[in-house]
Amino acid sequence: MTLLRIDDIHLAFGGVKAINGVSIDVGRGRIHAIIGPNGAGKTSVFNCISCVYRPQQGTVTFQDRKITGMLPHQIARLGIARTFQNIALFHHMTVLDNLMLGRHLFLKRGFLAGGIFLGPARAEEIENRKIVEDIIDFLEIENIRKKPVGTLPYGLRKRVELARALSLKPTLLLLDEPMAGMNIEEKEDMARFILDINEEWGVTILLIEHDLGVVMDISHRVSVLDFGVKISEGEPGDVANDPHVIHAYIGEDDDVLRKLEAR
Amino acid sequence: MKESLALYDTFPKLLERNAKKYGDRKVAMREKEFGIWQAFTWKEYHDHVKYFSLGLVSLGISRGDKVAIIGDNRPEWVWAEVAAQAAGAVPLGLYQDSTLKEVSYVIDHSDSTFVVAEDQEQVDKILDMKDQLPKVRYVVYTDPRGMRGYRESCLLDFKEVERFGREFEQREPDRYEKNVAAGRWEDLALICYTSGTTGVPKGAMLSFRNLLTMAANLMEVDPKLETDEFVSFLPLAWIGEQMMCLSSALLAGFTVNFPEKPDTVQENIREIGPNIMFSPPRIWENMTSTVQVKIMDASWLKRQMYGWALPIGYEYADTVLRKQKPDPLLLLKHKLGYYLVFRALKDRLGLLRIRSASTGGAALGPDVFKFFNAMGVNLKQIYGQTEISGISCIHREGDINFDSVGKPISDTEIRISETGEILSRSPSVFMGYYKSPEETEKTLADQWLHSGDAGYFTEDGHLVVIDRVKDVMQLKDATRFSPQFIENKLKFSPYIKECVCLGNGREFIASMICIDYPNVGKWAESRRISYTTYTDLAGKPEVHELLEKEVCKVNATLPEGTRIRRFVLLYKELDADDDELTRTRKVRRAFVEERYEHVIEGMFTGATSIPIDAIIKYQDGKTSRIRTTLAIRNL
Repeated sequence: MTLLRIDDIHLAFGGVKAINGVSIDVGRGRIHAIIGPNGAGKTSVFNCISCVYRPQQGTVTFQDRKITGMLPHQIARLGIARTFQNIALFHHMTVLDNLMLGRHLFLKRGFLAGGIFLGPARAEEIENRKIVEDIIDFLEIENIRKKPVGTLPYGLRKRVELARALSLKPTLLLLDEPMAGMNIEEKEDMARFILDINEEWGVTILLIEHDLGVVMDISHRVSVLDFGVKISEGEPGDVANDPHVIHAYIGEDDDVLRKLEAR
Repeated sequence: MKESLALYDTFPKLLERNAKKYGDRKVAMREKEFGIWQAFTWKEYHDHVKYFSLGLVSLGISRGDKVAIIGDNRPEWVWAEVAAQAAGAVPLGLYQDSTLKEVSYVIDHSDSTFVVAEDQEQVDKILDMKDQLPKVRYVVYTDPRGMRGYRESCLLDFKEVERFGREFEQREPDRYEKNVAAGRWEDLALICYTSGTTGVPKGAMLSFRNLLTMAANLMEVDPKLETDEFVSFLPLAWIGEQMMCLSSALLAGFTVNFPEKPDTVQENIREIGPNIMFSPPRIWENMTSTVQVKIMDASWLKRQMYGWALPIGYEYADTVLRKQKPDPLLLLKHKLGYYLVFRALKDRLGLLRIRSASTGGAALGPDVFKFFNAMGVNLKQIYGQTEISGISCIHREGDINFDSVGKPISDTEIRISETGEILSRSPSVFMGYYKSPEETEKTLADQWLHSGDAGYFTEDGHLVVIDRVKDVMQLKDATRFSPQFIENKLKFSPYIKECVCLGNGREFIASMICIDYPNVGKWAESRRISYTTYTDLAGKPEVHELLEKEVCKVNATLPEGTRIRRFVLLYKELDADDDELTRTRKVRRAFVEERYEHVIEGMFTGATSIPIDAIIKYQDGKTSRIRTTLAIRNL
């Protein structure tokens, strides 16, 4: 069943065509990866989904509802959360505060009620804290709960950002290079968390990732972009053997080629 | 305390008493989860034990069966233990960081039919070895996270077993009470596998009588109140934690708190502010080095205050410990120091409410000891072993002596054999080793428990432990020395994590040192020395300089003949996964000497550097290779 349908979208910045007619169907409950060389238009696709950009042509449909043209916060409310290539957190706030802020969208009580912190406002805070604590437990970040994000090492910040995205309780999670700049151990942890989020919480995941090993290991389906065009799509194994992909994406680099073939 | 033992002579009976006495009015345990301390009252504790026990019965457990428990400290660990005892079965604990080999050895050797494992990680260890564990019938897990994909028929959720227990109660409503009443004072209550600095682990069999008389006798001299708070963070498989969390807690009725995660222990201790604490030296050593490092980072004013107050603290501690009255001026200065520095320091460490703190399991360096007493934490040394259910000696209030381990507790006789070995006799001396009568006979020869420790009594009746009998060493010129004594002095340095001193039958003493990675790393950073890994950092000449100064400081306090003349910084930390340490973090000397034979040879033959090509083993069985060169330092 399709959860997200990207239908023939085109996006151009002046003369530069970032996306040139890309269509991708993301099935409910899958882990779907988008790969491709730098500048292939992967992040632009993400920005079209989360409505940061509006494609000049084509539509994005989420749960049978057209979402192109909506505002980013409306998208978040629909159940689409994302993380960014460069970490987007409040560095002077604690991990806990960042996550609580992630729940902000769902807080109904106003400024005054929140200030007095009685009755419903209090109940609401407790309810949301519960959700956040559940995520903290899930991602095993109890020990840094009260630490300012700015003092944490990079790998942990990435995890906090994932937690912040999860605090929206999304149906679809967009992960933009969740493993960039991590060491092997951190990558293994992150891969396990992504699998757990998908399998245990049933969250559909669309991810962009450069580490092909990880992509091939954890995703159910892979789409390959090059110069704004989708050049291949399928099961990880099939994509890895597609001559188009090998040529366009990997070029002539024999080393990477062998790595792919080994899988 | 002792009167109640006549009526309630097993753990399940004591639990029943407490549940009746306190009901839902008093908290028996707390576990921090989801950022909140979740409390369980004595009634809830009792109910969990009851239903889990009946669940085990419904699964066909019979009296005398063994139940292995593995995992971090959680209420379920304790419930499972008492539940097994209530059903007449025998629990045994496994260290949560044990490797596959160790886990399967103990489970198989103990003939366990049930295993209670905390989470996926522990379940995996058991399933991996399942074909070598034919006796295991069920594996119960307490944390269902990540277990969705497992289809093995032997796996059961802890809650499911409790549900079986509830169903079983419908059929036989008074079965649990009958089971509990059938428990006897002399019954085998627990098998405690000793970590074993030599050879394979041995299972010490302890009866309720052993465990409870020990707790009651200890409480006579070191009382525990029902209002006390205790934080449980050391492995429950260790006798020391068993003594606090089970025997003492059930007897005295105090509250046991379980931290959220191993990483949050320090923070959680501070939140609880425990009244009683019992830890091995490693924990106290860590605290002192944390303080020293944090002070280095503190502002100028704070450093000055600390620098002023610490000597006063030492002077005060020395005076009091010599049992003299401090003069008014010192008293005043110490009061000032307390309010300016020590109080805040204690608060930071979570020790502000400590009434009784003790250390045991291995020797604690006098410097660390003095440090805590200077701060106003009345740290006491205890002595004992698994075979005597934990403790046989403790310092009495106001009668503390840095070098000794105090006096025997009541009902306990201690004497020194002709060979200088410490022998003891008490109702807490164990029943023997499981399935190894020869070892039992050796340890219990002539009705005395042979400790293997060398020691002597001082004039005022304090026991002094020198070292393991076989560890006391002799240089070529017949100078005797205790490597442990020197090592403890070295370990007081915040930059030294672990070290091994050598020199038996040699001309001089040499030492292999493991640097304290975080502390030395911090030191290096502040001096803009870049490094990549532990191995790299330990190989830096600047780090060698630093450590040389530390060793020289220690040498200055040692007699001429037993000073360290050479040392190397090892390229890796000693690790229990490599069999170099026991699970309670004691150095396995013989093994280490064998493993690093060429390093040791190099030091004694006067080489200047030693090439290394070694394989490192991880808990999950993976290995990696290290190649480097060790430089030898001469002093």
